[in-house]
Amino acid sequence: MSTYEPTETLDVKGLSCPMPVVKTRGAVDDLDSGEILQVVSTDSGSMSDLKGWADSTDGVAMLEQEEAEEDGDAVFRHFIQKE
Amino acid sequence: MSSDADAPVDAGADSVEDLRAQVQALQEEVSDLREATDDDGQKSMTIIATKGTLDMAYPPLILASTAAAFGWDVVVFHTFWGLDILHEEKSKNLKLSAVGNPSMPMPNAVAALPFMDNVATSMMEKKIKENGTATIEELIETSLDMGVDLQACQMTIELMGYDEAEFYDGVTTGVGAATALQHMADADVQLMI
Repeated sequence: MSTYEPTETLDVKGLSCPMPVVKTRGAVDDLDSGEILQVVSTDSGSMSDLKGWADSTDGVAMLEQEEAEEDGDAVFRHFIQKE
Repeated sequence: MSSDADAPVDAGADSVEDLRAQVQALQEEVSDLREATDDDGQKSMTIIATKGTLDMAYPPLILASTAAAFGWDVVVFHTFWGLDILHEEKSKNLKLSAVGNPSMPMPNAVAALPFMDNVATSMMEKKIKENGTATIEELIETSLDMGVDLQACQMTIELMGYDEAEFYDGVTTGVGAATALQHMADADVQLMI
């Protein structure tokens, strides 16, 4: 489990590209500086896409990404901090 | 001994006054250039969307909404059959062509039968739903919400006999090739789809 304590959680399970990135943008916009967003996705492409988005976008940092199995499905968790 | 540093900057500059004037002129030029290229580091993308089939409607909208999530300034200029993507009614009924599509598990002679485009489209729509892929309508609404400028070419609106009121709210009409080129010239990424 992650050591980060998210302020908000965005559930994008079942959604595929480009929605995880697009919805993450909207959720990050609603955060205050220093707050952490947890994004929960079932899209395996989100590991690369959300990292790429966070690295190329000013004002956000990808703190941690983890893959877990929940009810037999792969679930990807991303912890993003608004700077 | 002579070196480059000792060489006169300009053969005509024979006094300190001339050199001062030259330096000042150069400083002004650098300052003007800095001002002209200062875009806050914001990237920009222009996509020209020309196709109105279901498979060709997706790439421009996926790239546009994602680029907007990156904070880019995005214009998608829709022309010819690309207009159907922005047409509120037609966008919900975009078709996939069965003919000439090597991914279809059937020969072209069969694919050319009148109902095969509908069969191919239904198959694709089922897959889109099962995969959790956004619909074209959702991607248009999302793109507009995120500030993507979806433009509909005025000349082709008239050529196709469409009415401006038939497009989604928020679509930019009354624009032509010059508007598209103006944005393309300053864009970091230009794509024709």
